[in-house]
Amino acid sequence: MMMRTATSVVAALALLSATAALGQDSGAGKRTFSSGYRFVEMTGEELFANVCQGCHMPDATGASGAGTYPSLAGNKNLEAAGYPVFLVINGRRGMPAFGDMMTDGQIAAVVNYLRTHFSNNYQDAVTTKDVQDARR
Amino acid sequence: MQNESVIRRRDLLALIGTVAGSSAMYHAMTSLGFASESAYKGPLKLAGDVKGASVLVLGAGLAGMTAALELRKAGYKVQILEFNSRAGGRNWSIRGGDSFVELGGFRQTSQFEQGLYLNPGPWRIPYHHRALLDYCRRLNVTLEPFIQLNHNAYLHATRAFGGKPQRFRSIKADFQGGVSELLAKVTQQGRLDETVGKEDQEILLQSLRDWGALDRDYKYNANLVSAEFRGYARDPGGGLMGDPLPSEPIPLQELLRSRMWRYLQTFARYDFQTTMFQPVGGMDMIGKAFAREVGDLIRYGAKVTQIQQNGSGVTVSYVDTASPSTVQQATADWCICTIPLPILSQLPVDVSAPMKSAIDSVPYAASVKIGLQFKRRFWEEDDAIYGGISYTDLPIRQIAYPNYGFNRGGRGILLGAYMYGGANSFEFTAMTPAERVASAVEFGAAIHPQYRNEFENGVAVAWHRVPFTLGCAGEWTEATRAQHYRNLCQIDGRIVLAGEHASQLPAWQEGAILSALDVISRLHERVVKT
Repeated sequence: MMMRTATSVVAALALLSATAALGQDSGAGKRTFSSGYRFVEMTGEELFANVCQGCHMPDATGASGAGTYPSLAGNKNLEAAGYPVFLVINGRRGMPAFGDMMTDGQIAAVVNYLRTHFSNNYQDAVTTKDVQDARR
Repeated sequence: MQNESVIRRRDLLALIGTVAGSSAMYHAMTSLGFASESAYKGPLKLAGDVKGASVLVLGAGLAGMTAALELRKAGYKVQILEFNSRAGGRNWSIRGGDSFVELGGFRQTSQFEQGLYLNPGPWRIPYHHRALLDYCRRLNVTLEPFIQLNHNAYLHATRAFGGKPQRFRSIKADFQGGVSELLAKVTQQGRLDETVGKEDQEILLQSLRDWGALDRDYKYNANLVSAEFRGYARDPGGGLMGDPLPSEPIPLQELLRSRMWRYLQTFARYDFQTTMFQPVGGMDMIGKAFAREVGDLIRYGAKVTQIQQNGSGVTVSYVDTASPSTVQQATADWCICTIPLPILSQLPVDVSAPMKSAIDSVPYAASVKIGLQFKRRFWEEDDAIYGGISYTDLPIRQIAYPNYGFNRGGRGILLGAYMYGGANSFEFTAMTPAERVASAVEFGAAIHPQYRNEFENGVAVAWHRVPFTLGCAGEWTEATRAQHYRNLCQIDGRIVLAGEHASQLPAWQEGAILSALDVISRLHERVVKT
């Protein structure tokens, strides 16, 4: 089993004069850091805030440069739950594969969070078993 | 395999040569460190009539500029389209006043003091990256040593030694000493009699005493012999300053449990062995040197939107990033595309299904680098750490010290975090730049408490948020390489890909250059023969 310990740090933003602009952030000032290769975050909300929003942004609307991170907000591709489950496990194009970094339960949690937030309202929750079956 | 311990390397090679043929032996020799060290065969000589052929290069990173430089020299008509307003791509340095907007719109403006810089991308050059070194020589890029191994840098584990960082030299000496003592013990107990002859056992004991700094009785102890490796409690001085005092070794059991031994081999890996180099003044000196040669060929601020081909040529659609509503087109006989795969995979590209499948199948590694400026170079002044890298199991993973401006007063910049892959890379990417910097300071203070008083400002680059790459570097697995690598590297009609992602040295500048050299050699052969 992987180590499940996590280190938490209260980012003392106010005390430090970092040059970077302060942007909006869905974390509540307290962050979780994993200790190994795999993520220790367990809830869908925390997984989104600590992983997905890196590319898809805190409001899930994505971003665009020379290429694009798609918006996940009000996204019809999330209707069939198997699609986001497959993408999180296997990755594709700019999307890295997270199958080895998250458990079945974590993948189910983050997919369920996405499918019920950011103007998505799909109530048929993904189960751990669904994720397990989606792995080859 | 009963007698594997007595087989010598030369015998092994002879055996492989007999059984599997010379190419297998050559492969084995290469992996054992003999034979050729580099795939680079010296400056490219593209002879023959190019018949007025034109090449459109996409991307003015090292791969694209290498291709452009060599192709123009061979007589081709060359044009480069580049998304950024500068050349170099990931070959990049950030200095005071530089402004950078990452995806999501977070802007950072560096407040680094003049003369100080951060290399957010590549930062070191191994001695065996002969192609890159050759271009540095030919393009007059001055190099200086990159200190990879510093015996006085720290190893740090949150749950070992009360969280107190340990000097690399002590951990190394104690690990060697402890293991040597153990092996000497079983040798003396006769437990190796069946595998090592009596005469060789004597030599083995001598070598263990030498390598492990053991005493007369083959014990690893606090004395002036072990102190020569792990350091002193009181260093040798002059006159009547007092006798040198040995320091106390860490018991092997404690060392094993600390897990700090896992960092020792990092420095022994082929990619990180001394001598390593860096350009004087910042890694982007290389990109700038290339741009001096081919800058007149570059169209900056060009965002590619489509790549088409037919039997007679290629047409690339692009928009000016400043006025993206007007689609423009560039045409050529051939196209060398170095666009990073996360971006290329999203574009309509006329290539065969196998190549398209390859383009879609290589994710890019997550990586974060954070540069921190401090009021004074306390790592040198207080800790006697001149260059090199400290390793930690904290999320920042590494603290790297500047390899320039040694022993000088005033400000300095540390690389305060460097993650490559793994959960922490994503977690730091998901933060705002200010949060990343603040966290790097918070964590780093566990190793250097001076952080709290001396920190001034910082810059954090998370590669998945970099608009011109959408990731750090191609992340291949054995399986994806087996399935897709050859398809990715083929000349597909009139289009061919180059870059670190199309090399066996992913994430290294050498991979980008070797990929470009390989591509233009194959392309040129085709042009000259048809």
